[in-house]
Amino acid sequence: MNHNWNFASVFAYWEVLAVGLWGTLVLFVICTGLGLSGGLIMGMLRYSKSRWVNYPARLYVEVFRNTPVLVQIIWFFFALPVLTGIEVTPFLAAILGITLNTIAFSAEVFRGGIQSIEREQWEAGKAIGMSYGQTMRRVILPQALKRMLPPLTSRGIEVFKMSTLASVVAYPETLQQAKLIASYEYNPIEAYTVVALIFFVVLLPMVQLTYVLERRFGKSDA
Amino acid sequence: MHEWDFAATLADMDLLLLGLWNTIQVFVLALAFGVPLGLGLALGRMSRTPVLSQLCSFVIEFFRTTPPLVQLFWFFFALPILISVQMTPFVASVLTFSIQSSAFFAEIFRGGINSIDKGQWEAAKAIGMTRKASLRRIILPQAVKRMIPAFAERSIELLKTTTLISTVSYADLMFQANELASKTFRPLEVYTVVAVMYFFLILVFSQITILLEYRLAKSGEGTMR
Amino acid sequence: MTNAVEIRELHKSFGDLEVLKGIDLDVAQGEAVVLLGSSGSGKSTLLRCINFMEEPTSGRVSLNGDLIGTEQGGRMRYRESDLCQLRTRIGMVFQHFNLFPHKTVLENVMEGQVIVLGRSKAEAKEKAMAQLARVGLEEKAPEYPARLSGGQKQRVAIARALAMDPEVMLFDEVTSALDPELVGEVLKTMRQLAEEGMTMVCVTHEIGFAYHVANKVCFLHQGQILEQGAPQVVLKTPETSRVREFLEGHSLFKLPE
Repeated sequence: MNHNWNFASVFAYWEVLAVGLWGTLVLFVICTGLGLSGGLIMGMLRYSKSRWVNYPARLYVEVFRNTPVLVQIIWFFFALPVLTGIEVTPFLAAILGITLNTIAFSAEVFRGGIQSIEREQWEAGKAIGMSYGQTMRRVILPQALKRMLPPLTSRGIEVFKMSTLASVVAYPETLQQAKLIASYEYNPIEAYTVVALIFFVVLLPMVQLTYVLERRFGKSDA
Repeated sequence: MHEWDFAATLADMDLLLLGLWNTIQVFVLALAFGVPLGLGLALGRMSRTPVLSQLCSFVIEFFRTTPPLVQLFWFFFALPILISVQMTPFVASVLTFSIQSSAFFAEIFRGGINSIDKGQWEAAKAIGMTRKASLRRIILPQAVKRMIPAFAERSIELLKTTTLISTVSYADLMFQANELASKTFRPLEVYTVVAVMYFFLILVFSQITILLEYRLAKSGEGTMR
Repeated sequence: MTNAVEIRELHKSFGDLEVLKGIDLDVAQGEAVVLLGSSGSGKSTLLRCINFMEEPTSGRVSLNGDLIGTEQGGRMRYRESDLCQLRTRIGMVFQHFNLFPHKTVLENVMEGQVIVLGRSKAEAKEKAMAQLARVGLEEKAPEYPARLSGGQKQRVAIARALAMDPEVMLFDEVTSALDPELVGEVLKTMRQLAEEGMTMVCVTHEIGFAYHVANKVCFLHQGQILEQGAPQVVLKTPETSRVREFLEGHSLFKLPE
């Protein structure tokens, strides 16, 4: 246990780390943005009463929920180019894997949220002459969104953590950059400890936020 | 257009099956250690001793908020230097995923225990049961029943997360797939087959839990969500 | 003869809020005492202090001559194991039954006997069946509580408490959560117990029950006992206007002339 901690050897490379943080942030913003909006659409398709819409959407969701993200990223990186002849960069592979995965997971959150709204609300919308789309947009979604906020925030946290998987295809995000530093300086203890702390410090407030949201918008909403 | 050819992949199926077996080993061990550890952390967090409660909260939040891949790297590359022990990919994997999943299981336990009506604690107390006996005989049996869906979901997450151990060269299904892909130059087929294998592994697991939930629901009160 | 329950100078505070402000109460063996009072008067807290579901802030409680806890530096100290042991001697029935939903009716009544008293399963079963017969629910033994009506659940809860052979029974608003047509069967069971000589303390809003069954009623107001005595006296000729108002509020109850 007499290791001499030397964090200076990590912070000397702060520019390298900064590149990684930026990479993580870019992945997070793009994948969360695309993943949640795609999830909303997919969730509504899942909710559709038409079998022709419902079944393919369900297949999509099940496939992406029941296979590991890492397999998805690697598949997009190594397999998709063979299939299509298009070159896939690490960045694109990571975006594809994480986004499509997030769509599948958030689709279930959206569907669950929409389903949790009482039938009477639909009927009330109909009774004052609203169309399906209008009722959905103006009556159902605003109520459902409140209940969905905590699980959607959790999704965001998952995406942030998932972004580290991009290091497997050598996309320069935080973990990848720490790997780089560790291999230059032989300081894996400090390098990986710093990365762990960075994630902890960034995500802890978000986790606390989900607790607050759960308490405020949990099952019983006034 | 690419011509699909699974022959090379299927010829080396035994490699993939070995990988699958190694994946299942880590998964089962991580569950076996992670669930009791999770219960311990949950009880610690709910304890009335502030120091214990805060310590357990910290451990839980730390392992929930840091990415599993970072944890794995830390346990594999950093820990051996720190305490100068030999670390194998297998030990690092089991260690990481036991602790990581225990943090999540802890929150499931806590949620389950908190969901039980306060009157159940009171009734047990009123017939002279100690806190420990009440927890074991009255609260946990009811809580566990309610936890099954969340528990299953978390286990499936764990199963998917085990793919990360390929990055520290443990020969799990993912790792074997990488090997085979570079050996056969057929990544499309190899990774597709592997994706299908994971899909069915998870499907089987989730079906088992649904069955279990159904069986338990039949005895006494139903599972409440 | 020693009193079954003796309470002296009992105080209980929750944080800054003092709920009980010095209670003295004697319950003789075989006596049925009813605690009355409006909500917030402290009657439920007083009941819960008797079996230490709530720990009193100060004061003394004795059960059949045994002082509960030990005195240390002018304060009472309670060991958890002593309190568990005490609670086996006092039965309690709750407003919301609190049956164990994952156990059958029979298992509910056996649980405390086997786990806490260490009785053999055979003995516990025999006792349980006898108590279920006493409340008229033998045939429900193999059912789960979810399949019973509220009144049946409450009678099972009474059987569960009786199976421990308690020296005193506490009833905490046991009919308040029941549909009106189910109240009668539970009150009947309680009356039968009182007539068999069980020592009981009841918090209830059933003034008719208090009048006909109780040996003594205590009226609590703001954490103190305002009036106590025979029901025929306290309920018919209350001394204070507070008690009169309370009784008038219960207009459904007509005292027999």
